[in-house]
Amino acid sequence: MSQIIGNINILIEAPVFNLSLLLDGLMIGAVFALSAYGLALVWGVMNVKNLAQGDFVIMGGYTAWVLAQNGIHPLFGVPVAFVLLWGIGWVIYVTVIRRVIDQDLFTSLLATFGLAIMFQQILNLFFGSDTQTADAGFPSIFLFDGQVSVPQVKLIAFVLAALLATAVILFMKRSRMGQAIRATAQDPRAARVLGINTDKVYAFTFSLNAAICGAAGALVAMIWVIQPFYGITYSIRAFVVVTAAGFGNLPGVIAAGLGMGVIEQFGGFILGATFQQALVVGLLLLVLIIRQIQQARVRQVVQ
Amino acid sequence: MNETSKRSPLVWVLYGAILVAGALAPMAFPAYTNQMAVLWLMIVFALTWDILGGQMGYNSLGNIFFFGAGMYVSAVIQIGLYHNVSEYTDAAGSGVYTFTETQYFTGIFLGMIGAAIFATISAFILGMVLFGLRGPYFAIGTLGVAIAAGELTGAWDWVGGGSGISMPTFPGHPDTGKYFFYTLMFALAVSVFVFLKWLYSTRFGHAINAIRDDEEKAEGMGIHTNRYKRLAWSFSAFFLGISGAIFGNMTGFIEPLEVAFPTITFGIFMVVMVLLGGKGTLWGPILGAIIFHAIKEVTWTYMLGWQWVALGFLIVVIVVYFQQGIMGWIMDKKPEWFGLTIAQLEAQGAAGDGPVSSDPAEGRVGT
Amino acid sequence: MNAPDARTQEAPAVRAEPPTAAGRQADSEPIITVRGVTKTFGGVVANHNISLDVARGQITGLIGPNGSGKTTLFNSIVGYHPIDAGSITFEGREISRMRVQQIARLGLLRTFQQTRIYGKMNCVDNMLISIPHRKATVLDMFARHSREQLERAERLLHFVGLYEKRFLRAGDLSFGQQKLLEFAMALMNEPTVLLLDEPTAGINPTLINGLIDRLKRANTELGITLLIIEHNMRVIMNMADTIYCLAHGELLASGTPEEIQNDQRVIDAYLGAH
Repeated sequence: MSQIIGNINILIEAPVFNLSLLLDGLMIGAVFALSAYGLALVWGVMNVKNLAQGDFVIMGGYTAWVLAQNGIHPLFGVPVAFVLLWGIGWVIYVTVIRRVIDQDLFTSLLATFGLAIMFQQILNLFFGSDTQTADAGFPSIFLFDGQVSVPQVKLIAFVLAALLATAVILFMKRSRMGQAIRATAQDPRAARVLGINTDKVYAFTFSLNAAICGAAGALVAMIWVIQPFYGITYSIRAFVVVTAAGFGNLPGVIAAGLGMGVIEQFGGFILGATFQQALVVGLLLLVLIIRQIQQARVRQVVQ
Repeated sequence: MNETSKRSPLVWVLYGAILVAGALAPMAFPAYTNQMAVLWLMIVFALTWDILGGQMGYNSLGNIFFFGAGMYVSAVIQIGLYHNVSEYTDAAGSGVYTFTETQYFTGIFLGMIGAAIFATISAFILGMVLFGLRGPYFAIGTLGVAIAAGELTGAWDWVGGGSGISMPTFPGHPDTGKYFFYTLMFALAVSVFVFLKWLYSTRFGHAINAIRDDEEKAEGMGIHTNRYKRLAWSFSAFFLGISGAIFGNMTGFIEPLEVAFPTITFGIFMVVMVLLGGKGTLWGPILGAIIFHAIKEVTWTYMLGWQWVALGFLIVVIVVYFQQGIMGWIMDKKPEWFGLTIAQLEAQGAAGDGPVSSDPAEGRVGT
Repeated sequence: MNAPDARTQEAPAVRAEPPTAAGRQADSEPIITVRGVTKTFGGVVANHNISLDVARGQITGLIGPNGSGKTTLFNSIVGYHPIDAGSITFEGREISRMRVQQIARLGLLRTFQQTRIYGKMNCVDNMLISIPHRKATVLDMFARHSREQLERAERLLHFVGLYEKRFLRAGDLSFGQQKLLEFAMALMNEPTVLLLDEPTAGINPTLINGLIDRLKRANTELGITLLIIEHNMRVIMNMADTIYCLAHGELLASGTPEEIQNDQRVIDAYLGAH
């Protein structure tokens, strides 16, 4: 308890430190926003709640890490992870997701939970349970006479995440496939009647989601740490963000993702690293309770 | 209703045989006493999960919370009755602390009661918070509770934090201890079964089935849905709390992530066993638990570290390809084995004779 | 949980008045009053400033072209969504802020346009689970169904003509039969007022007369006040004592079936809608 008060005092006495945490939070939040956007996509289009979301992120992270281990700059991990996870996402769609898509929601949740367990154990067998970082070797930028240090790699990651998000949004707005995806999201039957191959749309959407997560994961490996069992935390983060924002609300998802990053940075600093996971889960419960109160006001429930 | 009375004698013989076999099993196979105790635990897991998951349509991924909470509450009571909990956990079970025989058994007894009470109350309170959530939100919310409980317990030094607590050792021969815990687990499993068999035959059973089939309709008909939901979860938690208390003493060492709140092992086993056996039936979860546990015990050691991957794979396969479970599959193949379905067939035969209204005369009166 | 309990305990006292005696007392105080109710969805005004009365013991009809806001008004009365303005009372008690279950336990019940039954249970179980819960104590939750309840369930299934199919899974019944079952379930619940959303839609035309008869008997013999949304003009004119007509979310006209039939505005509204 005294430690917590001490930490809060640090924040009050050294205001620039807040800035440092804020920047950190925003840059990490960009990654959360990416994976949450992917979740919102599959949720909205296919009505699949993917609990393996975080494991896609971690797999992308290990892609970058493996490249770095072999002397290739981890930045290349971003496109490589994108392509690799696209393939993995497609395989998972064909073998599992296609068969649970029209069943009740718990089925998809449980099936993807099974997948999540599988992935984290496979990663554990291959890479061990140590935390890893893919060192990109960029220096840090110092602001305010060195009081605030911003690692260049985080800035780069932030810019890349923003670019990727913009590309995906443009793709959804402009391209033929993007239109087909949006049409399917609104009414799959009508889309089918109009000649859209919804199976193909679903496969594409799920693969795209995996690929976005993979790219985000490669960024995570550079700016933070990865570990085989961290996946579930990312899944929960994605759920928190999507539940808070609503899956049809893209700017909301991005804002909530960034906000999540900031809250976690401040919370982690004040409470200490042991409470990192508990903090994420606590946020989940908080968001769920707030949503319930909102819904109760209109005599409804969260469903 | 007639069916049960008709086959009563046979059923009672079957129940008697199971009781006798269950009581004698550890004497016949003393080397497997612990595995068999865990089997009864698995049956408790499956049956209690099915109250919500199968009968009420609320899929919880966090029922393991009550198991772990019961375990810790019991540990704290057992130790706290005679020693200072904080000093005990600091010493990490270095053997300075002893319990007399009376202290040990009083501790376990009170510990189990405390575990049951705590778990029941926490289910009631959590129910107030979480039952406003439907479908996937409920599943994720409960999963969140279980994960949070594990993390917070791990950070709580008073109960030993991440390094756990060594439980008081059984006063007497270890084999006697094994038999003692086996008997407790067995008795618990039997109690759960008897309780649920009764519960599902009352209005309560009907009401939670109505909630499963169409909750909005149930609300529209004025059923006290919230009351039923909270009570159902409390029942589930009551037994899970006791099972946690027993299991903690049985293993002798408890710790937050792997023993008390293991979301991805016991926590998910509950769901898988029920799905494997067949949701929403009384025997399905039991069957699922037996088959799952047997497969696990036989194959686990030969998997060379791949067993967890295999577990994930098994979950996916069951969920994707075998949703109806064994009981559901049998009902499909052999409908005549189930009394209700025979009545259905008869009724269908009778219904085939005429149009919807059976009394056309009554229809004419109105005009 | 305390608040609804307190309310439900008062409910039996209200029902102690002999329901049959109340029949046809049109001049007594209305059992449901709707005053100035407005409901919008986004920018769409579904109901605007609607006021109407449902007289105790009568059959009241609610008609109007498609999209005129009938079902929205129903949902407002039974508590499916909040209303933006106005007041709704049931037996003198304001209910516009209550939840669905609380209103149902007061004795105000509705059936659905898209029929809702418990598909995995058989018809008898569907009936038994519909026994009134307003009097249920905690101990009742763990009681078995009594013989009288079972007999009542079978009698009501017989009343709607589903007795032979009582052991069928409700989900296997045809749409029309499910509708009848839902009606029987509603009667099982001993409501004071029953709100029926298009009871004859999807029912075989040859059976409609039988259904009208049963609805009337529910009204006269069981003393249940009915508020019915209906598209079939022949049906509603045949049954209702009073009819309200909605159009474009507003109350257009009200009166006896004869008055409504001859009201030029109503005729225009229906012709205009086609």
